[in-house]
Amino acid sequence: MVKANGKAGNGPVPAEPILSVRNLRAYYQMQYFGIDREVRAVDDITLQVNRNEIYGVAGESSCGKTSLIKTIAAANRPPLNVIGGSVKYSFLDRDIFRMSEEELSRVRWKHLSYIMQGSMNVLNPVRRIRKSFIDFAFRHINKPEREFFDIVARHLERLRLSPSVLKAYPHELSGGMRQRVTIALATICRPEFIIADEPTTALDVVVQKDVLAMIREVQQEMGSSILFVTHDMTVHANMADRLGIMYAGRLVEEAPTREIFANPLHPYTAHLIQSLPRIGDLSPKKALPGAPPNLSDPPAGCRFHPRCPLAMDICRRENPALTALRPGHRVACFAASSEVRPVSEIRETVPPKVAEARS
Amino acid sequence: MLKTLRDLFRYNREFAIGSMLMAVILGMAALSAFSPYPPANIYVVPPDMPPSWAHPFGTNSRGQDVFWQLTFAMRNTLLFGFAVAFLSRLLSLLIGLVAGYQGGLTDRVLMSINDTFIVIPLFPLLILFYFVMRDYMNWVLLTLVIACLGWAYDARLIRSIMMSLKTREFTQTSVFSGMKMHEIVVREHLPYVLPIVFSTTLNNINWSIGLEVTLSVLGFTDINRPTVGTMIFWANQHSAMVAGVWWWFVFPTAFITLTFIALFLLAVSMNEYIDPRSRLARMGMGGA
Amino acid sequence: MRSYGIYVLTRFAQFLLVVFIGISLTFFITHLSPIDPVEQMIAGMTAMGQSDPEAVSLMRTALQELYGTGGPLIEQYFTYWGRILSADFGPSLSSFPTPVSVLIGRALPWTIGLLATCTVISWVFGNLLGGLAGYFRENRMLKLAGVIIMGFHPVPYYIIAFVLLIIFGLMWPILPTSGGAAANLPRGWNAEYLISVLRHSILPAASIILVGLGGWFMGMRALVSNVITEDYVTYAELGGVKRSRILPFYVIRNALVPQVTGLAMSLGAIFNGAIIVEFVFSYPGLGRLLISAVYAGDYGLVLGVTTISIVAVSAAVFLIDILYPVFDPRVKLA
Repeated sequence: MVKANGKAGNGPVPAEPILSVRNLRAYYQMQYFGIDREVRAVDDITLQVNRNEIYGVAGESSCGKTSLIKTIAAANRPPLNVIGGSVKYSFLDRDIFRMSEEELSRVRWKHLSYIMQGSMNVLNPVRRIRKSFIDFAFRHINKPEREFFDIVARHLERLRLSPSVLKAYPHELSGGMRQRVTIALATICRPEFIIADEPTTALDVVVQKDVLAMIREVQQEMGSSILFVTHDMTVHANMADRLGIMYAGRLVEEAPTREIFANPLHPYTAHLIQSLPRIGDLSPKKALPGAPPNLSDPPAGCRFHPRCPLAMDICRRENPALTALRPGHRVACFAASSEVRPVSEIRETVPPKVAEARS
Repeated sequence: MLKTLRDLFRYNREFAIGSMLMAVILGMAALSAFSPYPPANIYVVPPDMPPSWAHPFGTNSRGQDVFWQLTFAMRNTLLFGFAVAFLSRLLSLLIGLVAGYQGGLTDRVLMSINDTFIVIPLFPLLILFYFVMRDYMNWVLLTLVIACLGWAYDARLIRSIMMSLKTREFTQTSVFSGMKMHEIVVREHLPYVLPIVFSTTLNNINWSIGLEVTLSVLGFTDINRPTVGTMIFWANQHSAMVAGVWWWFVFPTAFITLTFIALFLLAVSMNEYIDPRSRLARMGMGGA
Repeated sequence: MRSYGIYVLTRFAQFLLVVFIGISLTFFITHLSPIDPVEQMIAGMTAMGQSDPEAVSLMRTALQELYGTGGPLIEQYFTYWGRILSADFGPSLSSFPTPVSVLIGRALPWTIGLLATCTVISWVFGNLLGGLAGYFRENRMLKLAGVIIMGFHPVPYYIIAFVLLIIFGLMWPILPTSGGAAANLPRGWNAEYLISVLRHSILPAASIILVGLGGWFMGMRALVSNVITEDYVTYAELGGVKRSRILPFYVIRNALVPQVTGLAMSLGAIFNGAIIVEFVFSYPGLGRLLISAVYAGDYGLVLGVTTISIVAVSAAVFLIDILYPVFDPRVKLA
């Protein structure tokens, strides 16, 4: 069931997919006091992540980011249920939802690992760090305990952590150290695919920069791919090779990071980018009117239309499909696909610093 | 409010069973107003008669009708439970609020005393109290004493809720907008705390009735006042089970057990209803 | 280690405070009552036919010293403490002239043995079953076990004990329902005696355990269903950590921490229950001693048992307190 463990070299191998998600739908299905509720947290998402690539997923809180990655990792628990679609990894011979718990547990951490949101609490508070390393990685590395801890110690040192953290309990470490420990834990088996869910959100800016650099470094060194999720567009500008924008459970735009910052096609993306602070810009930021829709009762048609400055009649009736307007740039917006291209009117100048940051 | 109760009744099995049992129990207590016999009189009916149409729960060896006696007993027992719960709620609210708000030294002193009352075995103290008071023992005194001993556990709960409320943003906002602290407590925080106090009330009634029954069964209360405990006490005095007058023992025991189960189920369902987690899930905020 | 020393000291201070408040309460209960305990007791004694003048005067002196009839309240208070610290409660009235402390010393091992065993059994099994029920929410057997266990929980000890007494004493007499061991056996560490002790303890123990299980079961089930939503559990699941490792070391281990505090906080209530259970089954422990002392009007014995109960329960709580850091490495030791 697991294909030969061919690790990629350092050189980028373009467009070789490691993850392909097709028409994925996952809803929270609940019943309280006799009333059925359905929250469409992940609604018809199709995307692909290539080898040696960092793919960013952006969007406001409660737009379904976390639900999406839980589903992609087959870690969704009721009431979050997969309704349809498929998730395929290159290192698996079939859809991840068709694999048994046991088969999955052999893949997890070895091929597919996870850096989680709120990393402060991802380490068991009553277990020493060394025990966590044994729990997660020992069976994959398959070496005697002495050698195993040699490998762990070397890996920790590479992440500028003293091996003495192994003896500590999580609460004895600082926030930044704990985050580095989780990164070490997530990368110790050199997985091909890492899912990173808001890995730096809880950290202060200085530590954040450090941790991001570290993730990037490890990724480069191992040639893994990362699905990087955060609401923070500046982090995306510094990390992601390609970027997908989520709104209300749907993917509304996807393009290479530089392209999306330079030329956002969806009005929501344009708004996200426009609201970034930049040096020398003193103009007041406009808040988008309204709030993200309630996903248990989303608006008909395009889910963004109640807040969209460009909403047309068709937006209220029909759901725009995600279509490639340019090579590698997909967008789900009637206004953007029409000839008028009015998006550019609401967009301000591209921040050159951000756009160049990734080159 | 009514709609909530109806929904709870329909979809929460604990609440449905608990409230039906409670209705039966309250009905039983209410019937005491129609009793043909005064509760304190003895030898008003032929003694030791098994259950029959005339005496549905039989009669006891003291010549009392067990059914009507039990209606008084239920009334008195429930009244005692409610009274203790009410008084001890006042104490625990007061101490919990003060400790939670003042913080610092006040909090530490109050909580040390509080923990002391949690740790000390109360039953020997109550027995000692009975021992020195004996002839002066009546139910009002017992109510007061048990209320004075039964506040500690919930005071701690209220204090911790208060402490977390105090750090919430809306409290700060109220402070900045010039509200006095006591206004904030009464207007902003009490509505949040009261449902929790209500749920602890049910548990406290259970606890105090349990103490009362146990003390009465041993004869350590005013044994001439009919309560469920004193009924069992008299049944034991006359060796009812050995003498085959089982109905004298079984009916009070069955009813008090039902009371405990009813209160327990109500408290469990209330807790579930009040718990912020399940409340959140109910509103459909279950996930991101 | 130094910080642990400080932690133990602060817990010890709390222990002393509990004992101080508890003993002071007994003092004020006895001294502010409108009844003069000494004269009441002497009256009771002579009424019971104890009229040996030497015994009466000996008793009067002892009692007066213990309860302090003359002098200002504060002076009586200090005399009282002096007596208590030397564990001297005078002779027992009901078993004259055996000192109260001897009677208590005889009863104490029975109560400690019964209570410690029952508390450990109900805590361990309640937490185990509750933990499993919280983790495997849909398991039918565990749901059924939950309903049964929780059905017993709200019923007071007395009723459970009495119902057991009726079932196994009257209807189906297969177990001894009275005493701590068969009276005709010599005491000692031999199999026959120990088996008799065990058989006698089954019904009292069953009463305490049946009531006790429910609290731990419910608490643990609720704790586990919260813990399984914690990030570290989700993370371990994502990491493919085996369930056989997640359940004990991630879920139950974390949920157990508050249950240790809970154990300390409920020892007093468990002790209350044991008193009545001992009485129902005439088990030769502190509880029966206390209640029969009340019936016999034995003031010194009542006071002695009450005092010792307070000290014993607080000491047990102190013991759990100083073990607590073993369960929770996060506790602030200083």
